[in-house]
Amino acid sequence: MSTTMQLNASVKKNSIPTAKRMRNLGFSVIGVIVFICSAFPIYWMINSSFLPYDKIRTQNPVFFPGPGDFTGGNYEKVVVDPGNILPAKFLPALSNSLQVTFFTLVVSLVVAFLASVAIGRYAFKGRKGFIVAILIVQMIPGEALMLTLYRMMDGFHLTENILGLGLIYISTVLPFTVWTLRGFVAAVPAELEESAMIDGCTRASAFWRVTFPLLAPGLVSTGVFAFIQAWNEFVMALVMMNSPEHMTLPMWLRSFLNASKGMTDWGGMMAGSVLVSIPVVIFFLIVQGRMTGGLTAGAVKG
Amino acid sequence: MSTTTPPAVQTAGASRMPPVDVTDRKYNKKRRQPLPYLLLLPTVVILLVMLGYPVVTMIINSFYKYDRGAYIGFTEPEFVGFGNYTNVLTDSSFWLMLFRSFLFMIVAVLLTMALGVLMSLLMMRLNKGIRLLVSVGLLLAWAMPALAATQVWAWLFDTTYGVVNWVMTRLTGSNWFGHSWLASPLSFFTILGIIIVWQGVPFIAFSLYAGLTQIPTEVLEASQMDGASPVKRFFLIMFPYVRSIFTVMVVLSIIWDLRVFAQVQALQMVGGTADQTSTFGVWIYRTGTGGDFGLSAAAAVIMVFVMLVISFYYVRQTLKEGN
Repeated sequence: MSTTMQLNASVKKNSIPTAKRMRNLGFSVIGVIVFICSAFPIYWMINSSFLPYDKIRTQNPVFFPGPGDFTGGNYEKVVVDPGNILPAKFLPALSNSLQVTFFTLVVSLVVAFLASVAIGRYAFKGRKGFIVAILIVQMIPGEALMLTLYRMMDGFHLTENILGLGLIYISTVLPFTVWTLRGFVAAVPAELEESAMIDGCTRASAFWRVTFPLLAPGLVSTGVFAFIQAWNEFVMALVMMNSPEHMTLPMWLRSFLNASKGMTDWGGMMAGSVLVSIPVVIFFLIVQGRMTGGLTAGAVKG
Repeated sequence: MSTTTPPAVQTAGASRMPPVDVTDRKYNKKRRQPLPYLLLLPTVVILLVMLGYPVVTMIINSFYKYDRGAYIGFTEPEFVGFGNYTNVLTDSSFWLMLFRSFLFMIVAVLLTMALGVLMSLLMMRLNKGIRLLVSVGLLLAWAMPALAATQVWAWLFDTTYGVVNWVMTRLTGSNWFGHSWLASPLSFFTILGIIIVWQGVPFIAFSLYAGLTQIPTEVLEASQMDGASPVKRFFLIMFPYVRSIFTVMVVLSIIWDLRVFAQVQALQMVGGTADQTSTFGVWIYRTGTGGDFGLSAAAAVIMVFVMLVISFYYVRQTLKEGN
């Protein structure tokens, strides 16, 4: 198939009429325009984050900073906050975010892994019911539940608490992680394990040595999903973590809006946005192919 | 997990015995074993405590009158039956919000889907280098945390120093500096729409593109040779292949665009009148924190109900494909 395609391609290359070539050029131009439209806000965020105060507060925007315009001052300002303008500090917020993200990631992966083995490997009564339940539960909007959840967690004395927030995040990512991991577990043929058992493995060690390594990519991509969810989450953090020392990074970023009514420090805010976005963008690039597949697995006909 | 997930649940489930229908009663009775239930236990406990319990409490709360005193536990909340529901359903601000949320959702979904389709078709036509460029651009937009993205767009549309005002001044010749984009609800929602569409299109484009590349080239070439026009080729040949992806994307977009919260909240903080720009979640939040917890709970129950009805198709489709 690939050889015929190459053949076709080479035949076409010699006989492409100019009209067609022009059309291809046209598509390339549209492609470049799409890239610019899509990436410009990000370029602008990074650009502004490195510009000094007077180059930001100007009605002649600086699109390509010259050598003298470049400063790390905005980053220093938001990370160290020497003027003590921000209610929340960056490093504690970073530490809170890392803690809640790590907690969510580890617990949801372990718990989801167990459940996905159950529904991917075993036949039992209630299996179908469980699957339907997690798919439905996934659709309950957190925005509707937030105030009730706050009161409940308040009753447990778990507000302003990393553990409490983490528990909420775990419950929001669990349905998706169970469902995705189930796909991976089911995709590993049980025969592999059986042949390992014939070769003398116990059931447990066959699973651990044969199936588990094959699940690694699944664990990575579900883990990244949990990471991004917990790292970006804003709605629950808004009600659960109100005191400055308990704020997570999104809350910290939002505090820029509060801190500067009327005199918004856009340079600082853009530096903050860059800092919050970097880890997510990196992780996104790692698993991008899998992100699309997850929600539409098997939806392709033919 | 991508497009290659085999329908292997049945065979996988039968790992300890010859293939047999999982729903077979006899087989289950014979082989009832505690292990799968133990494996499910942590998930079930977490979901029951963290989701089941609050949903039930929310439904109960929606039948009580919670003023501020009752909310902080000073006085007993008063049982009012369906009172909160009749209040919500006769509240004009609720209906306005509902109208606003749905109108915004419809426009945003239409735009996202249309642009997503166009992008996926464009990616089919591009050579490798430019396609990579486009993918990187789309991926960056997609990956931005919603709140950071909102702040970046708020900066672009800033009243005094925003680039958009600079461009508008350049283009029209009149002075746009000082124009507040968030002040009027219409342009507030335009900016919100730009943010949502900008971040929503990549997912649609990548998913559809992944689907389109699965179409056998022979089919496309044959239709081309038969002289089908590009428009016909899309609707008659390509679209049927990706129809189920497309429908799932529409349903997911509807759900996501009805749920927008962080973006609205942040834009309201930058500027804009909250009364005229609140969407479903924000309205519930504002009503609840504003002192009427019961009313907010009733609206929240309505929201959950609406979401579950909309997601019915998604759940059914996922079940069908998963098994």
